[in-house]
Amino acid sequence: MKTDHGIRIPDLTNDEYFFGHKACGGCGGSLAVRLSLKVLGPRTFAVLPAGCMSAVGFIFPQMAFAINAMISTFPGTASMLSGIAAGAKALGLKDYAVVGFAGDGGTADIGLQALSGAIDRNDRIIYICYDNEAYMNTGIQKSGLTPLGARTTTTPAGSKGTGSRTVKKNMFEIVAAHGISYAATASVGFIPDLLRKVNKAKQTTGTSYIHVFAPCPTGWEYEPSATLQISRLAVASGLWYLAEYENDGFSLNHDPGEFIPLRDYLSAQGRFKHLGEDEINVIERNRDEKWKKIRRDWKHEERTSQWQFG
Amino acid sequence: MQQRLFLSGNEAIALGVKLSRPHVIAAYPITPQTVAVERLAEMMQSGDLDAEYLHVESEHSALSAMMGASAVGARTFTATSSQGLIYMAECLHYASGGRFPIVMMNANRALALPWSIYGDQRDSLSLLDCGWIQVYAEDAQESLDLVIQAYRIAEDKRVLTPVMINLDGFVLTHTYEPVLVPDQVEVDSFLPSYDNPYAMNLDNPKNVGFSSTPQDTMEFKYQQHAAMLDAKDIIREVDAAFGTCLGRRYGGLVSNYWTEDADCILITLGSIAGTVRTVVDELRDHGFRAGLCRIRYMRPFPEDEIAELARPGRAIGVLEKDISFGFEGTVFTNVNSALMKAGMQVPVLNFIAGLGGRSISRGDIREAFTDLEKARTGESVRNVRFVNLGVAT
Repeated sequence: MKTDHGIRIPDLTNDEYFFGHKACGGCGGSLAVRLSLKVLGPRTFAVLPAGCMSAVGFIFPQMAFAINAMISTFPGTASMLSGIAAGAKALGLKDYAVVGFAGDGGTADIGLQALSGAIDRNDRIIYICYDNEAYMNTGIQKSGLTPLGARTTTTPAGSKGTGSRTVKKNMFEIVAAHGISYAATASVGFIPDLLRKVNKAKQTTGTSYIHVFAPCPTGWEYEPSATLQISRLAVASGLWYLAEYENDGFSLNHDPGEFIPLRDYLSAQGRFKHLGEDEINVIERNRDEKWKKIRRDWKHEERTSQWQFG
Repeated sequence: MQQRLFLSGNEAIALGVKLSRPHVIAAYPITPQTVAVERLAEMMQSGDLDAEYLHVESEHSALSAMMGASAVGARTFTATSSQGLIYMAECLHYASGGRFPIVMMNANRALALPWSIYGDQRDSLSLLDCGWIQVYAEDAQESLDLVIQAYRIAEDKRVLTPVMINLDGFVLTHTYEPVLVPDQVEVDSFLPSYDNPYAMNLDNPKNVGFSSTPQDTMEFKYQQHAAMLDAKDIIREVDAAFGTCLGRRYGGLVSNYWTEDADCILITLGSIAGTVRTVVDELRDHGFRAGLCRIRYMRPFPEDEIAELARPGRAIGVLEKDISFGFEGTVFTNVNSALMKAGMQVPVLNFIAGLGGRSISRGDIREAFTDLEKARTGESVRNVRFVNLGVAT
């Protein structure tokens, strides 16, 4: 029988491995880290590069991780993970996980080379990207994962500017193109799905990568209480999707069917407020082209029925 | 029982690493370091070396991986050169600040532009301030012995600082010499297994490599500095212990040759010291009292040893494969500072030579001693001179 790797919320440990940090209220990234560590457990080595989670979690003498954890250089998340994995193996350690939590800039921009190297070696590491779609820690500058049209402090919206002029790099398919052992997209708005994917990564003997959509109220300009709602609107509008890659094949975990109007997602955030009809039409066209390919090429395994959120 | 083998500097390093029983090796190829990491890969293939070997995609990743491995308590090795070393620059500072006792070989090579694969020491000397112990080997024997000593120095709980072992590119990395290779039992008796109480631990989790505020950062940096200063005594201790266990001593932070009664002393680093030594012999045969001080460790800097060289009526020169543009050679600056702090006012001259792999001949060194003699007897001599320069100055 095929293992499902699903984790029921009531079975999740009450132990906390990331607490007492200084993240903003409603931070999607810190939620991804906290929940992932509940699945990975106490015998985990974590690496966090320069970015929000290291900035809020490691201010001497207040250490927010209850597991072994360390800040890496900005480009060095994956390489440091590889070193930890190699060291732990050489020392004969047993029963442990090696996980990295890097932001979108640390993953898709400055950390991409080291990530590619680790996947190439198929080192047994779990790389989790918490994607808040800009360099939030330094003050909301554009990254390679900032979506088209989003206003950041380096892609302002004004008479000449319409926010970011580039689309998000497709990190999920970039890592899949390496033939990685396991890759997935996830979202903090779909917690049972995220937990199952982290658990699956934990069991994977090679490299695994999980790309978690992690809204940022500070940078996206919405009320901190709306993080989960924004996450779900992103999926319902088709601007984010939940999928997996393994054994040389892609599978979609949830098809929202008819998308909600893009405005419902975009208008809920200050960073898209300046967009006019023309710009929204471009975003919509891009989305539709992507979904045409997803629906045509990827296996569809609807998992919504297993998700118990209320 | 030591075996006599015919080895290049790179091969001597590889054997030294093998004998030190590393857990993890990471390497990215760059000329002229490659043979060292190729030999280590061969030793793993043949089963002579039991370690994890990471084929990383850059030097930055090589050192980043070594920090990860070191953080869990593994003994680590990597090797690089020139562009690779400066590509690592971020990780160099990170590794010393994190107090990871990594040992690395650097094949000294010129820095681009212009591109040059040939040797000089601008790569490592431009990174003197990165917090690593920096040592310069003279020959293949010392290269092998230094690896074994470097682990003992780096891992000493009073030090916990990474060590960069520098070998002149090609001149030392690729030159074959007879080398006495100790056996494993001898090395094991000298080098204890790595046990770092500050390593990450599954039973006692730690957060390492953290952030700090203005309230604490100076103290961390002071402790780093203090450990480096303390390392001077440990380097001397380790040199003596190595002599007892393995029969070879190098003199600690510097290695002096005929300095005691010298009128003119030339200070230098690395493999060129061998040529200087033969010139000292020649000059001595002609009644000229020449001497050589080979600086082995540039960090920690042998301040006292340099100050002791200064005497009234003596001139001191620094011959280095380096220039700090717009000023002078970096070794010269360091030497002058040590002399000045000790209140020693003697004539000092700087000879910039061998940049980009240009040969330094015995004639060049004789001329340097001639300049020193002139300076010693009150003649005016150019303070900083490029040796063997083909353009007008």
